[in-house]
Amino acid sequence: MLTLTLSHFLILGAMLFAISVVGIFLNRKNLLVLLMAIELMLLAVNMNFVAFSHYLQDLSGQIFVFFILTVAAAESAIGLAILIVLFRNLKSIHVDDLGSLKG
Amino acid sequence: MDFQTLVFFFLSAILIFAALRVITARNPVHAALHLILAFFTCGGIWALMQAEFLAIAIILVYVGAVMVLFLFVVMMLDINMDRIRQGFWNYLPLGALLGLLMILEMGLVLGSKYFQVPAAEAAVPAGISNTKAIGALMFSEYVYPFELASLILLVGMIAAIVLTYRGSKNSKYTNPNQQVFVKAKDRVRVLQMPVEKD
Repeated sequence: MLTLTLSHFLILGAMLFAISVVGIFLNRKNLLVLLMAIELMLLAVNMNFVAFSHYLQDLSGQIFVFFILTVAAAESAIGLAILIVLFRNLKSIHVDDLGSLKG
Repeated sequence: MDFQTLVFFFLSAILIFAALRVITARNPVHAALHLILAFFTCGGIWALMQAEFLAIAIILVYVGAVMVLFLFVVMMLDINMDRIRQGFWNYLPLGALLGLLMILEMGLVLGSKYFQVPAAEAAVPAGISNTKAIGALMFSEYVYPFELASLILLVGMIAAIVLTYRGSKNSKYTNPNQQVFVKAKDRVRVLQMPVEKD
């Protein structure tokens, strides 16, 4: 009989992480979807934390996920604020337009 | 295959599909909506692992707050999608190769017999809910990190406001510099008028 093991959840997390890495490759011109891919990566990491917490019977993992959620929320708020300021200045969020710091 | 396994595979399929749509959707609004679906499904999988508090928290925090923020931003920006989509599939071979390699490596490590932990009983003793156990741990052992987390949220909030605030258009503020250097003759004008007589 097939029962759920830790590896099921870990491999699901690994697949999510790999999908978001591919997403960063594909959407390397669109800052907005890049931010979404980063959120997806954090989700994959959180999945691993929860799985370990469940299978090793240690609640600390779930507390860590809570803190990661906090940091991710702050990060996306600041990232989107930067994106808005960028769009106001450049009228585009195309990554190729962001060359003003290049020497 | 028991019911739990069935639910797990069902939710995983939805999660993988939603993640793939997030990275390939042409319209950023569709990407954001599929990301919401991914978070929701992830909440379901966490509930399957008896992490009810986090399952609710991710739906409240992500679906309720973060993704609404994303959707607002997507709708505020007037993006030229044609230019952004140029050469979209050029990086697919490299990206797909890298992704498959990563899945293969991690699968080989994680699927080995060293990672097989026997299915555990509930992480908390019977009679205490997951939320209660997390709360007891968070406000005793992890109370300082909890305070720090609130500080991080405050910093994030202030940073977002400072970055996007453009100043009020019609505020009647005073310039202290000009106030200090003001002279009496700037304020009072002495006029010479003939006295009127009846």
